[in-house]
Amino acid sequence: MKVNFFVTCLCDTVKAEVAKKTVMLLEQLGCEVIFPEQQGCCGQPSLNSGYIESSKPAMKNLIKAFECNDLPIVTPAGSCAASIKRYPEYLADEPEWAERAQQVADRLYELTQFIVNQLGTVNVGARLEGRAVYHPSCSLIRKLNVREEPLALLANVEGLEMLPIENQETCCGFGGTFSVKMADISAEMVKEKVHHISAVEPDYLIGADISCLVNIGGRISREGKPIKVLHIVDVLMSR
Amino acid sequence: MSMKTSKLKFKERIKVQMKDDFMRESVANAQTRMYTNRQIAADKLGNWEQWREMGMDIRDHVLENLDYYLHQLSENVKNNGGQVFFARTASDATNYVESIIKAKNAKKVVKSKSMVTEEINLNQIIERNGCEVIETDLGEYILQVDDCDPPSHIVVPALHKNRYQIRDIFKDKIGYEGSEDPEELTRYVRDYIRHDFLQADIGITGCNFAVAESGTVTLVTNEGNARLATSLPKTHIAVMGMERIVPTFEELDIVISLLCRSAVGIPLTGYVTALTGPREEENLDGPEEFHLVIVDNGRSDILGSEFRDILRCVRCAACVNTCPAYRHIGGQSYGSIYSGPIGAVLSPLLGGYDDFKDLPYACSLCRACHDVCPVKIPLSDLLLKHRQKMGEEKITPLAERAAVGAFNIINAHPLLWDKTVKIGATVASGLIRNGKLPLQMGAISEWTEARDLPQPDGQSFRSWFKNRN
Repeated sequence: MKVNFFVTCLCDTVKAEVAKKTVMLLEQLGCEVIFPEQQGCCGQPSLNSGYIESSKPAMKNLIKAFECNDLPIVTPAGSCAASIKRYPEYLADEPEWAERAQQVADRLYELTQFIVNQLGTVNVGARLEGRAVYHPSCSLIRKLNVREEPLALLANVEGLEMLPIENQETCCGFGGTFSVKMADISAEMVKEKVHHISAVEPDYLIGADISCLVNIGGRISREGKPIKVLHIVDVLMSR
Repeated sequence: MSMKTSKLKFKERIKVQMKDDFMRESVANAQTRMYTNRQIAADKLGNWEQWREMGMDIRDHVLENLDYYLHQLSENVKNNGGQVFFARTASDATNYVESIIKAKNAKKVVKSKSMVTEEINLNQIIERNGCEVIETDLGEYILQVDDCDPPSHIVVPALHKNRYQIRDIFKDKIGYEGSEDPEELTRYVRDYIRHDFLQADIGITGCNFAVAESGTVTLVTNEGNARLATSLPKTHIAVMGMERIVPTFEELDIVISLLCRSAVGIPLTGYVTALTGPREEENLDGPEEFHLVIVDNGRSDILGSEFRDILRCVRCAACVNTCPAYRHIGGQSYGSIYSGPIGAVLSPLLGGYDDFKDLPYACSLCRACHDVCPVKIPLSDLLLKHRQKMGEEKITPLAERAAVGAFNIINAHPLLWDKTVKIGATVASGLIRNGKLPLQMGAISEWTEARDLPQPDGQSFRSWFKNRN
């Protein structure tokens, strides 16, 4: 199967390893990966701050970039996928663009959603020894309704034991611009999250949304906790 | 108390509040308890999602036909022997109540809990007429005797105080000498304010829902104080937000089922009181006069705006009890009598952006509140609309608008974006060392107060992908 890859700005610039592993994992699962080079950022920093109007040219650019073919689009970040899925709503005043946005949105899948529901596999042959906490991001569970897919994939990783934590589905406090605009509040939220994670003494913290991992990981690093932060693709590519 | 509860700036307020460990522990415990109980109650009822759909439909139906139901309600209240006053503004409402105070030469008013009376600053108006006001809801009473400390929660106003603090306030202010045992504290207040009920000239209540078909005012309480306040004094004044209507008792049943479970996690509160007009000839008790004050105070404007969904609200505070931001900053940080997600949406609408422009940003858009709202209000979407409006009206900082503008231009041009990403990847990996930048850079320095920056992987993905074959 041929698929388009939507890299997201964070993975493109600072977390390229996650993007590379996503491509390699998709290839291992039999996909041919296309990277439409015209793609930019989903626009969350601007959209979530309320600047819908001035975001429109960039939204249209992204739509055009993925109109290069009719293939599925896969991305390793729930919040960016959720952002693009709202384009039709933002472009409602321009019906033609709203329709084009809808077609792109319909082809877009978050990585775990794509592997489990489109490729039809929950076992990618991964192996990782240790105890782990999974952080279900707000975007995955509450915006994309992707709750079971990452858990199913993790359940099939040999040697990995998953640990529940208190208030597991509570936001980590990232929230994009929230974490800089309201850094104080965001800090308290991530402190509590790390407190609950540390309480079960895991070897790994795993997530499917890179932005949450940057946030939680940043706090874990500041506290000097011996917990390794992994994107789910890091886990699925472990052998 | 008016809607605005603090003169400090938002950031200053949260700094003060977040240092209050007692408050934070009380709020976190209460939130966990209420959130858990709500979930249990919802699961027990079963088909919760369908109940929410019904709740939403009922509230939407009322909002779509609000003129019709307001007319029906007021006709029925009048037919029952009550008087109805439509107040366009807060001062219209308070002037009307003031005129009753004067006409009755009232010296004492007992009140049951009502957010809308706080919104219109009613107590202060009554008191300036030399008339004493006694809040008879225990939570409100605690705040009143504590020099009118602002509420921190729309259902549990004294949530930010623990039993030891309450004991000390009572010792200080009303001669209490007992322990911090909640039952003992409650019993004391119960005795202490009993004579106020007996002496009061007027009882003032809010209105959870008015039933249009019968002209009935319904009060949902747990303490029984609203019943005393509406049966002992000779005059009863009910003040309601103009959207708080249900068509018939059938819909009342549904919204109350949703309200009690969502608010406190119980199928039904201790008292659900339905009052239809003043005392009739053959009745032994009840007020001789009944006034219904229907308050607009900006609600008509909301009705005609993109924020209309917020008027579905039944004031259960499930959103407050689930909000992770509220959990850490507490209700008083919002600087409004309405706190949490509902407060962040409603306060700027009723009180304006001048005082409440920060509230829509005190949200990580996690949408936990969407999942628990019994009438399915898309709260974080409405907060986003506030942000949009403030951006369009140029209320947001110039530097922010400039930065976002530049970002949007680069992001709309693939070649510029390509260069930016490649340079960005190189610069980031060159600069970030051990999770820190060598120099303090504006917003990033605030971020790094509590967190390290990610260690960049080096080369951008797009450079790697292009060169891999």
